[in-house]
Amino acid sequence: MNADKVLDARGLSCPMPVVRTKKAIDELKPGQILELHTTDSGALSDIPAWAKTAGHRVIEQSEDNGVYKFWIQKG
Amino acid sequence: MENNKSTLIVFSGDLDKAIASFIIATGSAAMGNQVTMFFTFWGLNILRKEQYVPVQKSFMDKMFAKMLPRGPEKLGISKMNFGGLGAKLMKYTMKKKNITTLKELIEMAKELDIKMVACTMSMDVLGIKKEELIDGLEYAGVASYLAEANEANINLFI
Repeated sequence: MNADKVLDARGLSCPMPVVRTKKAIDELKPGQILELHTTDSGALSDIPAWAKTAGHRVIEQSEDNGVYKFWIQKG
Repeated sequence: MENNKSTLIVFSGDLDKAIASFIIATGSAAMGNQVTMFFTFWGLNILRKEQYVPVQKSFMDKMFAKMLPRGPEKLGISKMNFGGLGAKLMKYTMKKKNITTLKELIEMAKELDIKMVACTMSMDVLGIKKEELIDGLEYAGVASYLAEANEANINLFI
């Protein structure tokens, strides 16, 4: 999937993955896609919860060797 | 969704509770909420500058100033503090596990435009002057807090 921006948040703990994701998505235009990499297992439920509240959409997610990847479309 | 507000009263000056407060505050700001943190009583210690600031004080106020921790690095934890050793061990293990420090969280709160308010009555009680607190604060009392809390849908006392 093509992302307009990639955010590497690996190694960061709560609340930083969410905070950094917010800051990164602020720089995008509506409809653009942010690709997020994180190692925080809490992000599995945090990122979808954050996206729902903040009005964005998680269009795809995957796990690869302890790294969780999310593709988030700015709302 | 927009214009949602959150308020937190940070009464405690314990390191663990301060970290929890700032995690919730920065998290809420990341969710798009407008966040206000009110620091009162022991919570004011979190906002103290680390260095000594010479200001005119009464004898009692000087005693308070000496005995109370100056800034995020000096706070104790609410359980198993063991005269400060517990806090040191906690900070050591949190660093090893790459947990965000209180100092970093405070910086992040400023970056996210979280409003930090110091309670002026508590400042009077503890003899803390504005010069002794970090920059970028607002100063207010109970009515300002209540006015904010009235408009907010998340209000916490920590």
